[in-house]
Amino acid sequence: MSGPGLEELEGRGPRTLWPRLPRGQREEGARGALIAAVSTVVVFGLIVWVILNSDAWPAVQNQFFNWEHFKASFPLVLRAFWLDVVLFLVGEVLILAFALALAMIRALRGPAFFPLRAIVVAYIDIVRGVPILLLILLLGFGIPALQLPGVPTSPLFWGMAALVISYSAYTAEVYRAGIESVHESQRMSARALGLTQGQALIYVIVPQAIRNVIPALLNGFVSLQKDVALVFVLGIREALREAQIYTASTFNYTSYIVAALLFLLVSVPVARFTDWYTERDRQRKQAVSV
Amino acid sequence: MSLYKLELRSVDKAFGDNVVLRDIDLAVKPHEVVCLIGSSGSGKSTLLKCVDLLVPIDAGEIALDGSVITGSGVNPNQVRQDMGIVFQSFNLFPRMKVIDNITIGPRKVHRMDRSQANERARELLEQFGLADKAYEYPDRLSGGQQQRVAIARALASEPGLMLFDEVTSSLDPELVAEVLNVIRALKDDGMTMLIATHEMGFARDVADSVLFLDGGLILEQGPPSEIFSNPRQPRTREFLQRIIEAGRL
Repeated sequence: MSGPGLEELEGRGPRTLWPRLPRGQREEGARGALIAAVSTVVVFGLIVWVILNSDAWPAVQNQFFNWEHFKASFPLVLRAFWLDVVLFLVGEVLILAFALALAMIRALRGPAFFPLRAIVVAYIDIVRGVPILLLILLLGFGIPALQLPGVPTSPLFWGMAALVISYSAYTAEVYRAGIESVHESQRMSARALGLTQGQALIYVIVPQAIRNVIPALLNGFVSLQKDVALVFVLGIREALREAQIYTASTFNYTSYIVAALLFLLVSVPVARFTDWYTERDRQRKQAVSV
Repeated sequence: MSLYKLELRSVDKAFGDNVVLRDIDLAVKPHEVVCLIGSSGSGKSTLLKCVDLLVPIDAGEIALDGSVITGSGVNPNQVRQDMGIVFQSFNLFPRMKVIDNITIGPRKVHRMDRSQANERARELLEQFGLADKAYEYPDRLSGGQQQRVAIARALASEPGLMLFDEVTSSLDPELVAEVLNVIRALKDDGMTMLIATHEMGFARDVADSVLFLDGGLILEQGPPSEIFSNPRQPRTREFLQRIIEAGRL
C-alpha cells in the first residue's frame, strides 16, 4: 500500500473547498465556518471597495458592465447559448463512446491486433498534437470546400466533428489510465473463465476502469463546455459569435460578459459536482479498506 | 481416451534470464489429486498458470485429455473452458454481485441463459454454505467466503480439471479450514485436481501424489506417505524440516 498522508487519513486533506470534518471536529468546524465567513466578507469587501473607488472604474463599468447593454444583449446571447448546450451535450456523448472504443482497441493484446493498436496510437498522437482551433478551421472550411458528393457541408457538422475528434483523443488516454489501473489479476481471472479478450474488457475491466476515472472524465466535460465556443470561427451563431456581433455594432463589451456568465453558469456546478464526487468516492474507498 | 487427464512433457519456462520451470514432466490421471509443494518462487504458481495457458511455455508440450493444447491453432479460450483455476488473492470481480461472478462464465462463454445459470450458481452456493450471500458484493464477504465463491465461480462451467494456486495463503488461519473442506469435498466427488499449497497437513491428507519443486525442477515425487515420511532428497528433507519447525506439519 502506498501510504496516504496523515492529513488524508484524518479526512482533513484540502481536497475540496469545504472539507467534511469527522464528528469530533464538527463544533470546531462551526467556529471555523464563522471565521471563514467573516474573513471572506472582509477580504472581498475590501477588493470591491478598492475597485469601485478607482479612477478607472466608471470606464470599466461602462465598457463591460453596462446594464442597458446587458439587458439588450442577454436575450440574443442566451438564445444562441442553447446551441452551445446542444453542442457540448451531444458532443460529450459521442466523445465518451468513441474514446472508449479507442481505449479498448489500444488495450487489446497479441500480435494479431498490432495494426489496430498502431492506428489508434498514431491517431491519438497526431490529434493531440494539433491545436483544436486548427482542426476546426481545417474541417469546418476545408471539407465543405471540397464539394464532395454525399459529404455534409454544414459547418456545424464539421465543427462538432473536429471537437469530437480532438476530445476523444484526450479522453481515450483518460480511459487508458483507468484500464491500466485495474489489476492484472482481474484480466487473468476473466481469461481463465474462458472469456475472450473483448469480453474480459467489456464485462470485467472497463466497468472498474470507468469508475476509477470518473473525476477525470468530468474534468474533460467542463473543458468541453467552454471549448464548444471555438466553433464560432466557422460563423456558427452560438453564444460567443452572437456576443461578438453585438459588440461589433455597439462597441460595448458587456455582451461578452453575458456570454461568460452563461458559460460559468454550467461549468461551475459541474466542477463543484466533480469535487463532491471525488471526495465521496475517496471516503467510500476508505470505508471499505478499514 | 487418454490414460491421463493432464500431461506436461519437458516443459521449460523462463521470464527473461530467470528460469522458472526446467524440464517439467508431470502426469495427472483422471480423478487424481496431485499436490505441488516447495518454497515460494519454486515455480508452483507458474506451472499452474502455464497449464491454464495464462502464461505461454518456452519449450515442451502440455496435453489435456491426450490432445496437445500448447501448439499453434489451439484456441485457448476453448481449452480454458475445461479447466477451473483459483488464485491466492481470490480475484473476484468487485463490481459484480456474488451470483454474477459465478454466472458470467456460463452466460458469456457457454451462452447459458440467465435463469439456468443462476440455478446452477445457487446450487453451488448452497453446497458451499453461502446460499445467503448470492446478492452481496464480494467486499462484504470474509476472505474465506470470497475464496469459496471463487471456487464456485471456477466450477460453474463444470470443468474436468481444477487448479488451485495457494488458495489459503492469504487467509486468516481460522478461515483456512472452511476452504480446505470444500476442496476435500471436491476430491470425494472425484474431481481431478492440481494443487499448489503450503498446507502440508492438507497435502498429506488429500493428495494421491506429491511433487516437490525446487528452483523450477521437480526434485522428488511420490505418494504423500513417502514424501513426507521418507524423503530421499536432502533438499526435500531440508524444506520439510523448516515446515515442521514453523509448526505447519
